[in-house]
Amino acid sequence: MRNVYVVSGGVSKFAKARPNKTFQAIVKEAYDYTLADLELEHAQFIELVDGSVASYFSDHFARQLMAGIMVQDYLGLCPKPGHRVEGGGATGGICFQEAWKSVASGDMDICLAYGFETMSHVNTWKGNEFIALASDVSFDYPVGGFYSGYYAMMVTRHMKEFGTTVEQLAYVSVKNHLNATYNPYSQKHERLTVADVRAAPMVAWPLTRRDICVMSDGAAAVVFASEEGLTKLERAAGRRLPRVKVGGIGRGTDAMRMADRPHQSYDEFVKRNLLPNEDTAETRAYYKDLWDGGFRYPGVHSFRAGRMASKAAYARAGITDPLAEISFVELHDAYTSSEIQTYEDMGLCRYGEGGPLAASGAPFMPNLDYELEFDNGRWRVGACPVNPSGGLIACGHPVGATGLMQGVFALWQLQGTIGKHFGDDRLQIKNPRRGAIHSHAGTGTYVTVSILQKEA
Amino acid sequence: MSEPRFPTRISETDDGTVLFSVPFPTVLDAESLAALKGMAPIIIKQPYQIDYIHSFGQDSPFFAGLASGRLLGRFDPTTGYTYANPRGHDMYTGAETDWVDLTQRTARVHAFTVCHFGSEEFLPECPYVLALIEFEGADTLFLGRLLGPDPNAPTLDWIGIKVGLRFRRNSKFKPTDVYFYPLDAKEE
Repeated sequence: MRNVYVVSGGVSKFAKARPNKTFQAIVKEAYDYTLADLELEHAQFIELVDGSVASYFSDHFARQLMAGIMVQDYLGLCPKPGHRVEGGGATGGICFQEAWKSVASGDMDICLAYGFETMSHVNTWKGNEFIALASDVSFDYPVGGFYSGYYAMMVTRHMKEFGTTVEQLAYVSVKNHLNATYNPYSQKHERLTVADVRAAPMVAWPLTRRDICVMSDGAAAVVFASEEGLTKLERAAGRRLPRVKVGGIGRGTDAMRMADRPHQSYDEFVKRNLLPNEDTAETRAYYKDLWDGGFRYPGVHSFRAGRMASKAAYARAGITDPLAEISFVELHDAYTSSEIQTYEDMGLCRYGEGGPLAASGAPFMPNLDYELEFDNGRWRVGACPVNPSGGLIACGHPVGATGLMQGVFALWQLQGTIGKHFGDDRLQIKNPRRGAIHSHAGTGTYVTVSILQKEA
Repeated sequence: MSEPRFPTRISETDDGTVLFSVPFPTVLDAESLAALKGMAPIIIKQPYQIDYIHSFGQDSPFFAGLASGRLLGRFDPTTGYTYANPRGHDMYTGAETDWVDLTQRTARVHAFTVCHFGSEEFLPECPYVLALIEFEGADTLFLGRLLGPDPNAPTLDWIGIKVGLRFRRNSKFKPTDVYFYPLDAKEE
């Protein structure tokens, strides 16, 4: 595989509804920003770009099949090659990786990834129904199909298994909402307290409205290039571009019906799912104790797909200690609980420690005042900021755009250009070397992890 | 002048107007054409309704079982790995699974939630309790509704309670044809 650089990105404003524009025109906003940041005109870029990958989740929301080609057409990319990808909530992450593959394989030197969703075209409860159709329509949906309900069941099991508390979940909400107040692209700008989160209307016990991301209209775009493609873009732009490359990708899957998730033995877990940083006598003993107490993996409390995606991406990027070697993570926090579950899948802590990790302040921006008390005996505050952008919970979740949005924000972090793009540099991680983006579908059915890193 | 053989006008009916008072300049000149870029979007309702012809395929006996007061799962005849859901082939051996009757097995709540909001179809039923049920001897879970506990007083103590199965008398051929309720000490 060839080196692949993430060269430029753009994000439209995410909002509850964008009736002023069609989906093609919303993507155009992100596309134009991407080119403007390269200081290229459309005609120059079209001469150079080899093709595209389109990302959107639901034909139901658009009430339009083949919406991808409509964007391709609108952007002026025809007759160049392109295709649409779809994988539930991970659609954007899959798009990121498919565009990477197009370049890494040598098929293209420059590839544009773009994604969008316009979820405002139906009422919220109908949107919930559309999303719930991404669960088994014979066995899960008819029982009361509602994704927040599925995730809330994971929460109750996580709480029962590990003692995770609703206050620990609320820490995540406070963090992501406050971070987003400095991100002009985010849908929500709210300073919350733990009490605010718990006092919000209950959606699916114990998850309140402030534990859950919102539906959005929005788009994002990312340009990928090989060494040769980068040279072409630099020649056209007349300047050297920052070197941020994809260090590795990983992807995992799991059973569609959450009820079908296996309950693996300790030996099976160690054989297939243990991360290198967990392969110590102390951590093996920790897990053995869990299993002796009745713990099984992944059950409904953990995402095996997220663990496998992380494991593969880390192996390819040469990461052996994720908490120490990753400067920040943009992960798929559709729920506060899934952020905590994902800390564990990604090996930022061990399974069962996600709640304490959240409350330790390790995933928080070290320079912001969240007005929270941190219990940071084991981890350093700001050790690895998670969702410095505000994540899905506060930025919004226009599904097909979300995974690409993470790629854009990660690129800007590694370029050191957050201040330029956000108009405020408070969310800029200091001297970041490597960032991870994580995209997640269904109840953990498809998960992607991609590593972006500054080239030395 | 004779009428054309085929109509050259669409017939306008009483339901022809879907939007009233459409804003538009009376004169189209360069200025008014440019001003159209600032026009507020026209937003209309587009109804969409469809009946699917949905087959349960190889899983059909599961629904027939529910209609007859039986909850069926599947198991791998070689390994004994048992699914508390219909699944035609085993995910480990790839072999075809066989049916097994789970109706009389001990069942417990593995995880649950109370939904206070939901998809449009289920809004009238809120709040309702979703539960993942574990069956003795089964390796996977079953998603169902739990009736009986107070949905306004949820507690983690619900996890692990023994539950009984009830079947709808008028089967709807949905997985909700079976539902669960807490067993009291006598029933246990």
